[in-house]
Amino acid sequence: MTALSGLRVVQLVDERTIDAGRLLVELGADVIVVEPPGGSSLRDQPPFLDDDPGRERSLRWWAGAVGTRSITVDLETPQGQATFAELLDTTDVLLEGQGHALDPAGLGWDTLGRARPALIWVSITPFGRDSRRAGDPATDLTLLSGGGPVWNCGYSDHSLPPIRGKGNQAFNVGALYGIIGALTALAHRDHTGRGQLVDVNINAACNVTGDHTTYYWLISQIIMKRQTGRHAGMTPTAPVQVLCADGRYATTGVLPHKPADFGRLHAWLEELGFLDRLPDAVFLQIGAARTTPVDTADIGKDPETAAILAAARDAMFLIASELPAYDYYLSSQEHGFPAGAVVSPDEAFQDPQFLARGFAVEVEHPDLARTYRYPGAPYIFHASPCTTPTRAPHIGEHREEVLADLNHRKATNNA
Amino acid sequence: MGALDHIRVCDFGGQLAGAGATKLLAMFGAEVIRVEDPTNEGRWDTMRVVGPFVDERRGVDLNGGFNNHNIHKLGVTLNLRTAEGRELLERLISVSDVVTENFAAGVLERLGFGYESLKRIRPDIIYVSNCGYGHTGPYRSFKTWGPIVQAVSGLTFTSGLPDSEPAGWGFSYMDHGAAAFMAIAVLAALHHREVTGEGQWVDLASTTAGLTLQRTAVLDWTVNGRRSRRPGAPNGNRADFAEMAPHGIYPAAGDDRWVAVACRDDDDWVALRELMNDPALDDRFATLADRLEHQDALDETIGRWMSTREPHEAAHDLVTAGVPASVVKSPPERIDNDPDLDAWGLFPTVEHPLMGKVRVEGVPIHFSETDWTADKPGPLLGEHNERIFVDLLGVEPAELDRQHKDGVI
Repeated sequence: MTALSGLRVVQLVDERTIDAGRLLVELGADVIVVEPPGGSSLRDQPPFLDDDPGRERSLRWWAGAVGTRSITVDLETPQGQATFAELLDTTDVLLEGQGHALDPAGLGWDTLGRARPALIWVSITPFGRDSRRAGDPATDLTLLSGGGPVWNCGYSDHSLPPIRGKGNQAFNVGALYGIIGALTALAHRDHTGRGQLVDVNINAACNVTGDHTTYYWLISQIIMKRQTGRHAGMTPTAPVQVLCADGRYATTGVLPHKPADFGRLHAWLEELGFLDRLPDAVFLQIGAARTTPVDTADIGKDPETAAILAAARDAMFLIASELPAYDYYLSSQEHGFPAGAVVSPDEAFQDPQFLARGFAVEVEHPDLARTYRYPGAPYIFHASPCTTPTRAPHIGEHREEVLADLNHRKATNNA
Repeated sequence: MGALDHIRVCDFGGQLAGAGATKLLAMFGAEVIRVEDPTNEGRWDTMRVVGPFVDERRGVDLNGGFNNHNIHKLGVTLNLRTAEGRELLERLISVSDVVTENFAAGVLERLGFGYESLKRIRPDIIYVSNCGYGHTGPYRSFKTWGPIVQAVSGLTFTSGLPDSEPAGWGFSYMDHGAAAFMAIAVLAALHHREVTGEGQWVDLASTTAGLTLQRTAVLDWTVNGRRSRRPGAPNGNRADFAEMAPHGIYPAAGDDRWVAVACRDDDDWVALRELMNDPALDDRFATLADRLEHQDALDETIGRWMSTREPHEAAHDLVTAGVPASVVKSPPERIDNDPDLDAWGLFPTVEHPLMGKVRVEGVPIHFSETDWTADKPGPLLGEHNERIFVDLLGVEPAELDRQHKDGVI
């Protein structure tokens, strides 16, 4: 049994709700996507299977709608509006990304939501339902730029633009908060029987996804500025990203500060035969002989502390530059120093650790006589395992069965 | 009332990746009790000792980041190296619904509180662990920080210019991501327990969480065999899969000022072209395919226009014309100068007993019936020992005094 077995979710599917639906699918909810008669515009999003465009071939659709069922409903007709309202009668959670734009047709929260006291109505919109900007156009790029993340990302050379990370992260962040909101409302409903409106604001979500760059401003009115491959800083900080022997990069993470760390780092240099190449390695021995951890705050006050930490960084960089990035990553971790190789999404997907966790799940595409590997869930629920989903639905594929089920439920209720 | 008023969490979650999850639960009404180590004054959570600070004072109770991540929680101290400390923790767990932690894999078990032990104490306990690689697999002993999670999950790679060093994320994006998935894990497990009566262990790995945020790129590999690492890629500011053009971040007038612009379709393109009124934007750019083919020239033309424009005015003009655009906003611009976020109440102020009034991050969700609250600061070290150990668990006050002197709490 999955964690959300029996939970009925209806999704007015668009770029703001699709990733939220995916999160509920893997937890076992029955998610029904509502598409317009010709199908969702997300079906036109590249990339396509074999790079051949087609409404059943969008990998963006496949990735987001996997495990859902599809029903086409023309929400511009009275009949379609009635079908949608009936669908909501059997729904636990509605996911929609339009907010008040649903109101004129009588499809909004005020009309359909309030009348269903147990319904959890989740609205995921760019600026919040009641924003003065609710009608403004927005994309992932503009939301991440206005909400903070892009300010922090880029290169130390500020003649280059700030950089956006890929993957529709603004919509991912909105989806995560959407599901936190949905499940929090579900906990309340489990306890009281009452549903409610959950208003998720993607711009606000981006604004509280800026880590130190937000709270340094809130607390100290300090502005962090972007730097290559490391945290934005109030003043330039030392690099942590290294070009390795194979032309790939690795990140060395946080510098060691405990005496034992310096001892191990010295031993690692010795093991690799690199001691001769780092005359300052002697400072690692001095660090190792200390009785208390080195305090980075003392760098400006105590030359020996500065020399110990500089030697540690130089040692890390020397080792990393002499090994392929992935070998450095493993060797560094095995020597007790957290580090990581900078890998691409597909390289991560094939990583032995990810495979061992069962992260790759096989999804059958009987219509194509193929099985493809998809990213699975990030967590292992020991008592309620996450589902292996079915492929994304074709346009309106489940219309008949969903409507038949609806009629059956109506008949049962009337009886 | 809060949605989670009926839930108690025994919380070992620190930093942002753990504390950020239980902060949400606390703001939604759960009683979250953070358990810290008195022998090192809670320093396993480095947030207690690094900045920012409101003034020149320093100490484990004076960190603004710790306060931000821990508002509305209660704080107790327990020395788990002592038998009495472990016994108190058992009593606390026995009256808790959830145990959360983001130690390195295996630490809580070595302290004597792995899932099997927790289950003996309370059979329907929900235990959510959150670490970089999870508790299984060949790398389970490896340790991570946010930037390492981002590196090994593909996120760092996709943020950069083509054939250049990765730019990365500039902050611990995946501390937020891990915290969000951790909160979801707790809430989903609570529903499962509500329905079945059954507790469980949920083992979250933040590295895999990072890769779930790039599902389409993974399918482009598993289905089409296309690697993300290829000449000319990645280009973070261009559309992920050539679905839009123009799609970029352009230099505006002023020092290090930038404006993001994205044309979703031909209508957006026509609106942009009319606004720019530049004869260089001729029929070479009529269709998306044309614009993709001439994207370098297109970006150069837009960049030239933008560089003469005040950034906020340019973004305003674009949005008014129906074209998605935004200034790349600085912290003061987005935090202090956004009337929308003011109206939302996104950055509330709490009264901290030592720091005074300090602003914190609120929640980007509003609930019509059970909205969140943000009127209590993060706990001082051991601030709620008496409330939890005496009032909740029934320890005699004199006994608690002795335990304090003996280093148990």
